[in-house]
Amino acid sequence: MSAALLQYLLAGLTLGAIYALVALGFSIIYNASHVINFAQGEFVMIGGMATVSFLGAGLPLAVAAALAVVVATLVGLALAKFAVEPARGASVVTLIIITIGASILLRGLATLVWDKKIHALPAFTGEDPIAIAGATIVPQSLWVIAAASAVFAILWWFFNRTLAGKAMLATSHNRLAAQLSGIGVRRVLLASFGMSAALGALAGILIAPITFTSWDAGVMLGLKGFAAAMLGGIGSGPGAVLGGLALGLAESLAAGYVSSAYKDVIAFAILLAVLVFMPGGLLGARAAERV
Amino acid sequence: MRIASLARTAAGLFAGLAAAFAAPGAQAQEPIRIGAFLAVTGPAAFLGDPEQKTLELYIEKLNAAGGVLGRKLALVSYDTAGDAEKARTFAKRLIEQDKVDVIVGGTTTGETMAVVPMVEQAEIPFISLAGAVVIVEPVKKWVFKTPHTDRMACEKIFADMTSRGARRIALISGSGGFDKSMRAQCLAAAKGRGIEIVADESYGPGDKDMTVQLTKIKNTAGVQAVLNAGFGEGPAIVTRNYRQLGIAAPLYQSHGVASKEYIKLSGAAAEGVRLPAAALLIAESLPDSDPQKKVVLAYKREYESRFNSEVSTFGGHAYDGLMLAVEAMKKAGTTEKTKVRDALQSIRGWMGTAGVFNLSPTDHMGLDLSAFRMLEVRKGAWTEVK
Repeated sequence: MSAALLQYLLAGLTLGAIYALVALGFSIIYNASHVINFAQGEFVMIGGMATVSFLGAGLPLAVAAALAVVVATLVGLALAKFAVEPARGASVVTLIIITIGASILLRGLATLVWDKKIHALPAFTGEDPIAIAGATIVPQSLWVIAAASAVFAILWWFFNRTLAGKAMLATSHNRLAAQLSGIGVRRVLLASFGMSAALGALAGILIAPITFTSWDAGVMLGLKGFAAAMLGGIGSGPGAVLGGLALGLAESLAAGYVSSAYKDVIAFAILLAVLVFMPGGLLGARAAERV
Repeated sequence: MRIASLARTAAGLFAGLAAAFAAPGAQAQEPIRIGAFLAVTGPAAFLGDPEQKTLELYIEKLNAAGGVLGRKLALVSYDTAGDAEKARTFAKRLIEQDKVDVIVGGTTTGETMAVVPMVEQAEIPFISLAGAVVIVEPVKKWVFKTPHTDRMACEKIFADMTSRGARRIALISGSGGFDKSMRAQCLAAAKGRGIEIVADESYGPGDKDMTVQLTKIKNTAGVQAVLNAGFGEGPAIVTRNYRQLGIAAPLYQSHGVASKEYIKLSGAAAEGVRLPAAALLIAESLPDSDPQKKVVLAYKREYESRFNSEVSTFGGHAYDGLMLAVEAMKKAGTTEKTKVRDALQSIRGWMGTAGVFNLSPTDHMGLDLSAFRMLEVRKGAWTEVK
């Protein structure tokens, strides 16, 4: 394998892990409510920006990061409680529009609470690149990849091995039946927003040393994460990871071997092609199930 | 009842308005109205925000010192959020409703170009704070600008590259308006200067990893220097990725990232990076003999003590714009628009934060290459390369 190809793969893997983390957040909320939460990118932004400001207040990185996750989770819960839940009788499209409104509000608030500048977090464990067979990777990328794997494993365990997780899954399959068997579906909705927000914030903290963070950092990440979730099959955990990695690798290989100007075009063309032939995404539910 | 209270409110409002108008009337003089439309919020906020603050600060200072031509200055400012369509609306309002005497504003090239036809028709002096060369080339009767152009940045960089013996260079640019314009200007400026561009890569808005593009540049034979045309976070990511890949050729950035923030974001990776910028960035370390030192140091201290945040060259452009307008009014002895315009384009040897302005009917920017300093990051700070 040539060093250049390896470099492209490493770049794609890092990007893919970032997209996968954001995509997982989309999937959790979709499962609980069938809402695509377009404020997911803003959770990522809040995670990064809050960590920056806690760090600036003199707290150690680990404490600042933990507090930032708490802040984002509270914002996520507030979003569910005060914006989505009051409109629960409304159609899914209305709920989606509410999340778009929330994302604009959160971005505006971020410029007021914080500022309009770009910020960086220090890398967790140094910045000296690690050389692998002629290619290089920064240690923070390994953190992102490792954390994405860990989060995926924990989520798998949660949804398949715990009662609370199974209750959430049950709600996603059939809300009425879940309610009849005693599952508090409203609590499930709250929990899903809280979890997604925490997950998004974690992603935001992990990637801030590589990609920086700013009040509008969530826009592009949200979009790419959404694309990854769709590619993998929205609502599917493994699909989110697969979709994220596929999108990241497609982008970096397209930039490397075709043209950097058209890498997004190529990545989105692949997304379109997949959705045309497999409307549910790579690992999503078959479309016919939901009529 | 309700009507009565409404009437009372209205009466109160009118009384308030009357008082507001009466206050300057006590001097028996209408204030000179400075109109501004700036991208105070939105994606270009990091440009528009210091511009707005600078205008407020200096109009306050000028008024405290007795105003201009014995009249106070009044700022009428609107936030375009970087939207050209809004810029057009606000410019119309400035001209027709607010009846301003001069317009200083237009944070981005898009906003500026959107209002050019309107100010030309209304015949009102307009000093833009945006970068692209199209604003003043071809010369428009009523349009001026204070920042350096991207073409000048390219020329300055190429001159420095040539002096270091680099003639085969690679270009990597973002896809924003500034990035694209600078890339085009650099491609044009390279011709005839013996500079050969052997690789031309790009990255998208919000891209988080440029190692792929840089790997391609690294694998291009004979690259002697790399130029990154862009602003925002992209150049900082490029800088970090550049060091990650261990590319040996010198890296140049544009004046678009000429701020402390770029060094902060890039960290140790910024070491050795060069870029052209205004003297404002190195105000303190300028030698006392430098004719620009007094102006830039005064502005820097004033801004930083008032707003408690780092000064930027963008705010400096607003300072230059406002002060040029004031200078022209003083010179003309009136706010009559044609006379102010004529006075503006006869200003010579005026020292601003961007450099010496030598305006003329054929040059509505008035800066030359000497206005740019070539800076290098050394030990985490800007140092002038002599």
